[in-house]
Amino acid sequence: MNDNDCVLRVEEIHKSFGDKEVLRGVSFDVRRGETKVFIGPSGTGKSTLLRCINQLTLPDQGRVWLDGEEVTNSGARINHFRQKIGMVFQNFFLFDHLTAVKNVELALLKVRGMSKAEAREKALTELRQVGMEDWADHYPAEISGGQAQRVSIARALAMDPDVILFDEPTSALDPELTREVLEVMKRLAREGMTMLVVTHEMGFACSVANEILFMENGVVAERGTPDMLMHDPQFTRTKDFIGRFETYRQGD
Amino acid sequence: MEVLSILIDWFPYVLTGVGATIGLVLSALALGFAFGLPMALGQVYGSRPMRSIIGVYVWFFRGLPILILLFLFWFGIFPAIGLGSLSAFVVGAIVLGLRGAAYQSQIFRGAIQSVNEGQMIAARSLGMSRLTAIRSVILPQAIRIALPGWSNEYPNILTDSAVCYAIGVAELLTITSRIVTQTHVTMPIYLATAGIFIILNYGGLRVLHGLEKRVAIPGFGSGAV
Repeated sequence: MNDNDCVLRVEEIHKSFGDKEVLRGVSFDVRRGETKVFIGPSGTGKSTLLRCINQLTLPDQGRVWLDGEEVTNSGARINHFRQKIGMVFQNFFLFDHLTAVKNVELALLKVRGMSKAEAREKALTELRQVGMEDWADHYPAEISGGQAQRVSIARALAMDPDVILFDEPTSALDPELTREVLEVMKRLAREGMTMLVVTHEMGFACSVANEILFMENGVVAERGTPDMLMHDPQFTRTKDFIGRFETYRQGD
Repeated sequence: MEVLSILIDWFPYVLTGVGATIGLVLSALALGFAFGLPMALGQVYGSRPMRSIIGVYVWFFRGLPILILLFLFWFGIFPAIGLGSLSAFVVGAIVLGLRGAAYQSQIFRGAIQSVNEGQMIAARSLGMSRLTAIRSVILPQAIRIALPGWSNEYPNILTDSAVCYAIGVAELLTITSRIVTQTHVTMPIYLATAGIFIILNYGGLRVLHGLEKRVAIPGFGSGAV
């Protein structure tokens, strides 16, 4: 790890569930401020890959480094690394018993050990970032899916992570709500947040990604800038996938 | 009205029985909570041996009639372990409490298991330890979910507490029987006692429903939304 710019290194990740090998050796480096987007058919291990990075799922083989420190096999220090690796889930997973602002505060209080006043101020700042400060005192059941996802992004941001993992953040949302969440994510990307995004939103991928990784059968089948994947004739499988995807959408 | 005057005369004595009954119920509920909740956590998150031990405990205390449990502890187990000097009240409260713990553990276990697994995943993804996640995320939700079922424990223990009559705890039924023996008035006295149980039952459930409403959260768990 000589390259100081490399914030996250993922090396040869393998993962099987029973007989099914979901990940068959995935490697990549992430530079600070970079947005990488993972696309590909369902069941090709994209979500599992994200969970292997912060060890919510333990990989069978392979290693992960954050800022030059090994995340894999780190024992109890995993809780330290997870603070630095934010995660946003398809189904938001907001804490149902807490208001929006308390959702953002909780880890600041319990993990970072902030005072109540500090945590409240930081939480409100993060909610403002995602346009949810007016909803601070509402419970998850009282806000829309798009709003809930924005709160969950604020919750991840509050830990000042080095990188945020987005696991299909808009797959549970209708197009209108999808747009409001993607707006927030685009802004984060522009502002220099390092992001790994699993998504089916090709428009987002093309406009924000520094690199798109097309995954198929547990490996990165093709990878390149959006421009390359769209126009370079050598990337046939990505174009084929996107083509099928678009046809399906139009036929919808 | 001779009967009425008997009731009035004996009322202060009846109140001591009411006090003892309430004392039994509150101690048993508290003991059941103090043991039942950790047992539930042990059954959900504990090692296999721990789960087995708790399973045996629950099987034992749910499997025997309360009166047999009471006799076992009063005549056998407590004297055998050098606790023969415990008062009947304390033994009654402990046995009701240990049995309540078995039931409460299953109420809380169900509630903990019904909390969406995403709650734990999200908590861990933020760097919380499992213990912190359980304390700050899982339990606040599980206890709210458990509350309606838990409220059942109150009338159960209240009515069960009358078996402590059998070991001579001076609770409501014991007091009533003594008054019947003294006055030779039967039905009016038992009816009055039944009335007192009903009032205690109603009052306690009102308090518990109030609590459910107070801790209710929009779109979540129990109580008014």
